[in-house]
Amino acid sequence: MDFELMITSFPKLLNAAVITLKLLSVSLFIGLFIGLLFAILRLNKNIFLNRFAYGYSYVFRGTPLLVQIFIIYFGLGQIEYLRSTFLWVILKEPYWCAIIAFALNTGAYTSEILRSAFQTIKPGLIEAGKSLGISNKIIFYKIQIPIAIRQSLPAYGNEMILMMKGTSLASTVTLMDLTGVAKYIISTTFKPIEVFIVAGSIYLFMTFCIHNVIKFLERKYTFNS
Amino acid sequence: MNNLKKILFSVLASLLIIGNVNASDKIRIGTEGAYPPWNSKDASGKLIGFEVELAWSLCRYMKRQCEIVEQDWDGMIPALLMRKFDAIMAGMSITAERQKTITFSQGYADEVAQLAVMKGSSLEGMDTPSGINLSLGGSDVKKTLKTLTGALAGKTVCVQTATIHQNFLDSGDVGSVNVRTYKTQDEVNLDLAAGRCDAALAAAVAFTDYAEKSGKPVVLVGPTFSGGAFGNGVGVGVRKGGDGAIGERDAQILNDFNKAIEQARKNGDISRIAIKWFGFDASM
Repeated sequence: MDFELMITSFPKLLNAAVITLKLLSVSLFIGLFIGLLFAILRLNKNIFLNRFAYGYSYVFRGTPLLVQIFIIYFGLGQIEYLRSTFLWVILKEPYWCAIIAFALNTGAYTSEILRSAFQTIKPGLIEAGKSLGISNKIIFYKIQIPIAIRQSLPAYGNEMILMMKGTSLASTVTLMDLTGVAKYIISTTFKPIEVFIVAGSIYLFMTFCIHNVIKFLERKYTFNS
Repeated sequence: MNNLKKILFSVLASLLIIGNVNASDKIRIGTEGAYPPWNSKDASGKLIGFEVELAWSLCRYMKRQCEIVEQDWDGMIPALLMRKFDAIMAGMSITAERQKTITFSQGYADEVAQLAVMKGSSLEGMDTPSGINLSLGGSDVKKTLKTLTGALAGKTVCVQTATIHQNFLDSGDVGSVNVRTYKTQDEVNLDLAAGRCDAALAAAVAFTDYAEKSGKPVVLVGPTFSGGAFGNGVGVGVRKGGDGAIGERDAQILNDFNKAIEQARKNGDISRIAIKWFGFDASM
């Protein structure tokens, strides 16, 4: 065990963890909106919208994240027509390709989490609102959404942790995230065990933080006292 | 109790002996299988290329049984150290950096590194000599590096990770270029063609091979590089020999490879295989 290498690589890896966090937070933020939109579409009675939303979540939950990144980064890069459009400004950058893949992936899972949360809301709550003469719109924003978010917290916390680990795949499209920098250090020191132990510990610490934030929110927004 | 210990000990000892005998029987050679024409795979997944053919040839000279094992490039040296195989033949240049960790046989081939761009790039037509040797130094080398520094400023240069090419770009000899690293050379070629890289650096043959097979207008620019970060030719990477039977075995393998390379060179086998795969004699 080379403890000196572990100590000297720690600040470099910590620096790289900032990129990991950036990737995670941006893609979760976009993914949450995508998820909410598609959860609502899933509950829509219009069969076309419903099927479209179902198809999206089916495709993105049914294929590996690595494959999705490769299709978006290497696959779209092969289409010559695309390279002459304004889209190439975004798709040229590995950072945005990774964000698009992560956001679409987490969006698919989030839509499923939110959909099931919407469906568990007791009809009595909505009926109570209606009998008080509250409009459907207000019922949706003030009753259904807050309850759905609370209900989905445990499952969403899990999704955040899965996504955090998923960001390690960004290194496959040349991004120097935590895993990317770990691999870089290994490529010059040839000592994978030491470096991966440090990188793994940083991932573990991030999981610990996410886990506790979710636990705190769950306790804060608990219904039954 | 004592008997039990004896039995246990003899079983363990026999396991160790069997393990050793088996291991000394066969040399396992690690290669990447993704760096054509040095080493790659055909459509059926069989390993082919200059080094695969050379490896079988060297094994015949050594009169030893061999097995060729596939290993991702970025885990090549760690896998050797963890004894997943006994020797590396993967277009790996002999560099001082790598020699801190492993040892090399004498070189069997010369890898000529060069920059590549897409046709029509502003980097085409750089005014440099046809080749520079970084170990020699001198005003010619300095002037060329200065030209390159100016031409590459702010440009994205793509390389395979953990290669001499990455080491060179990271060394600061050509200023602070934006280096992008990929797991395989295939991915470097793809992104060069897609326009995500302004230039790429690798063995010149890796680019000419890609241009030929894909029909993409990839052209070589600037000088060919040798010496310094680019090392001294490509050799067989072997673990440094140590104490005990295992260390002796490693030393023996290195010795066998050196002798085999010597013989293969004398008989013209290395030249013949090199011409077959590269189109020119890259043997050394």
